[in-house]
Amino acid sequence: MTQLPLRAQLASALGRSAATLSRMTGRGDGSVIGGRVGLMLEPDLLRKLAHDRKLALVSATNGKTTTTRLITSALLDLGEVATNAFGANMPAGHVSALSQHKDAPYGVLEVDEKYLPEVLDTTGAGVVCLMNLSRDQMDRAAEIWLLAQKWRRALSGRPTHVIANCDDPLVTWGASTAAKVTWVAGGQRWKEDSWCCPECGGPLDRKDADWACRECTFHRPEPQWIVDDEAVIDPRGQRWLLDIQLPGQANRSNAVMALAVAEAFGLPVERALPRLREVTSVAGRYTMVERDGRHARLLLSKNPAGWLEAFDVADPRLPVILSVNAQGPDGRDTSWLWDVDYRILRGRPVFVTGERRLDLALRLDVAEVPFVLCETFSEALAMQPPGRVDVIANYTAFQQIRSEFGRAV
Amino acid sequence: MPSDSVLRIVWIYPDLLSTYGDQGNALVLEQRARRRGIEAEIVHVRSADPVPDSGDIYLIGGGEDRPQILAAQRLRKDGGLHRAIARGAAMLAVCAGYQIMGSTFGGEEGQPVDGIGLLDIASFRGPARAVGELVAEVDSALGLPTLTGFENHMGVTSLGPGVRPLSRTVVGTGNGDGFEGCYAGHVIGTYLHGPALARNPALADLLLSWRVGDLPPLDDTRYEQLRQERFNAVLPR
Repeated sequence: MTQLPLRAQLASALGRSAATLSRMTGRGDGSVIGGRVGLMLEPDLLRKLAHDRKLALVSATNGKTTTTRLITSALLDLGEVATNAFGANMPAGHVSALSQHKDAPYGVLEVDEKYLPEVLDTTGAGVVCLMNLSRDQMDRAAEIWLLAQKWRRALSGRPTHVIANCDDPLVTWGASTAAKVTWVAGGQRWKEDSWCCPECGGPLDRKDADWACRECTFHRPEPQWIVDDEAVIDPRGQRWLLDIQLPGQANRSNAVMALAVAEAFGLPVERALPRLREVTSVAGRYTMVERDGRHARLLLSKNPAGWLEAFDVADPRLPVILSVNAQGPDGRDTSWLWDVDYRILRGRPVFVTGERRLDLALRLDVAEVPFVLCETFSEALAMQPPGRVDVIANYTAFQQIRSEFGRAV
Repeated sequence: MPSDSVLRIVWIYPDLLSTYGDQGNALVLEQRARRRGIEAEIVHVRSADPVPDSGDIYLIGGGEDRPQILAAQRLRKDGGLHRAIARGAAMLAVCAGYQIMGSTFGGEEGQPVDGIGLLDIASFRGPARAVGELVAEVDSALGLPTLTGFENHMGVTSLGPGVRPLSRTVVGTGNGDGFEGCYAGHVIGTYLHGPALARNPALADLLLSWRVGDLPPLDDTRYEQLRQERFNAVLPR
């Protein structure tokens, strides 16, 4: 790596100190404050820190943190990797991640969907991984068609190599202005945001995984990588059993995106895949916590598409605790609860908690899903018989539960 | 075709306009009908399909600018909704769907776009996005309790003489003139997006009663708990 200019070195070092202080005083993991301090001293710090590194940016509505982690695990085979492992996915978080590993030749950065154009422009990343777009926290996030349009503009006229999920029509549209795209048939469970053609607004006809607009020429591109249930078919037609430890179809899709990104960095499947299999939990997701003989598995779901994925992972034989908040990071609007089909939970013991439990209670009532309303997560957990239970929570509800267990996960 | 005894709830263009949990309104209407022994079904009408004119209650929801423009074009061309309203069907139009009902609304760049002219209103793009909880006192002629809900829009709507304001805002922005929503005949428009009827079951019952007459009361404890919690959260104490 080339040496950073003096001012950038100083900014980077002071940012790291701020991050350490934040951690020591228990204020957080320090990845945001550290980056902010650095950017204050050197506004061009991200560009300077990104210079001369091989970077991948990862963006989507769901699965960003997990896929970032999977790609990082794979690329560690090639050398040191800088990454924002804790989901601080705006420029301050990127500065912090790159500052902490200032000599790493590789970087894998999770990027908030809105910030992708800006971060791509600043870092000049060579690889961009795009998985899915669906409705999410719309009281503060941009609307998704607009987001995809901004991706198109950002990717147009750049040498970037994009790895994109061609089973998501909006992602396909957002990625298709890039000079080079590797298409991955990554699947799409949530389809409610893609019944219309992003190009012309006409109806999309779907047959199995294939889709095409009835009124214009926009259609699903031919994939090079295909997720085939428990396996992946690579661009040479070879089938590999994934056998990863992270549960569910969404994570198998994330893993295949990671394999395609790894190959873009020159790392073949036979070297990348064993490293993906080592990942067991990601920033607390899928972790098992224990209290008084109750073993709770923590699943994070932030939006309707995420709930579908969590239902795919949750064990139908187990009771389930649902916790919903509506703080800033969750979106203060709980309307999305009505986009989730909760009827799949009928017949299971269901426990409802969280700051917005009354919204969820009414939603379940209308879905005719019986449940027990609990004031706190602890109360809900204590009501379980000893053994396993699944927990599905949205962002701040999830973090509150993690904190109760000392974030040991 | 179902028999005439089935209450048909027609959800217009969920593929274009259903961004904010709009399904909730259909589900609440269906459930509140069924709990009173009224058979009900939800009919999804995608934007490539004709809008049936034989429905009882029509719902149209919120969405992004471009789908809103497409929905207005298709509804004008289709004509089914106009026929249904002319023969007395009830309607709840929400957010982007509310704006469509007027003579004009603001497009992607704020340019005026033709609406479908079912309500005497005109909407424009406002200076700032109105996002947050809303509380409003309903027009006394309707005899409904206080409205509660969530709004998220950039629209400003001015009401013509052919409609009455649905409510007077206490918290929130609504139409932008101190009122929230409007109604005329059996058509209601509102900026309360998503599951407005889950937060206001009396509004759901008003729509139902327009089609089936007087309704026996239901146990609304769950609804009341949620309403009270929301009022406590946003009203000054």
